[in-house]
Amino acid sequence: MNTQAALTEAVYYILLSLVTPRHGYGIMQEAERMSQGRVKLAAGTLYGAINGLLDRGWIKAVPGAEDSRRKEYALTDRGREALEGELDRLKELVENGEIVLGGEA
Amino acid sequence: METKKVVRWFWVWQFEEEEIWLNSMAAGGWALCRVGFATYYFEKTEPGEYIIREEFRRRDVAYESFLREMGAEHIGRMAMWVFFRRKAELGEFELNSDLDSRIQHLSNICRMLLAVILMNLGIGLSNLRYSSLGVINLLCAGFLAYCYGRIQGKRDELQRERQLHE
Repeated sequence: MNTQAALTEAVYYILLSLVTPRHGYGIMQEAERMSQGRVKLAAGTLYGAINGLLDRGWIKAVPGAEDSRRKEYALTDRGREALEGELDRLKELVENGEIVLGGEA
Repeated sequence: METKKVVRWFWVWQFEEEEIWLNSMAAGGWALCRVGFATYYFEKTEPGEYIIREEFRRRDVAYESFLREMGAEHIGRMAMWVFFRRKAELGEFELNSDLDSRIQHLSNICRMLLAVILMNLGIGLSNLRYSSLGVINLLCAGFLAYCYGRIQGKRDELQRERQLHE
């Protein structure tokens, strides 16, 4: 059974965007792109979330490739597990929502 | 470059109004470029060229460089407040937009106010034995407690909202 607590939307999209290593600005752009402009991560929120995720070991800093001033981040195996757990949780929510509300129509 | 200086006072609970005012200046072609004690320095820019954001946050070099990576400029600090701006053409610019970050921001302000209130109470009460000047500290503590109440009210409102959604 999965007893993982819900991830915030910001954390979910940060993790999802880091399947490919990116720097802060890249995370913001990718989250916005994936959500079709709906999720706009604020800079302070993103900074706090990145630090929290680094502490937890869900993401890691990788040496920046071409531009060494910009730090890049990547998803770790533990981060991927958390993301997969969240996906299962979300599927359950959607399934139940569809069963209850879908049955009404 | 054409610049102008404006002296204006905002109380601690008015930081949102302050930010709105700074952005209306920027919309009118005056972008904040430097801050001093209750003093704002603006430079002439294209109308709406910059978005201004401010935040209560202790000095954090890593945070400032993170924001620079995001395309923002660090304008300066006024006591515990830090000011940033970013070109509007780079898109929306926010520091704390979700409820959790906004609640955290208000909690940080509350914590600072509480520390200063306790300090004033302590100094005021211990001075009262020797001179009536201690009353000034007690009045300060009283006023700061009022500020605390205003900020806490904002925080409670957000926390009620947070029980329903992120």
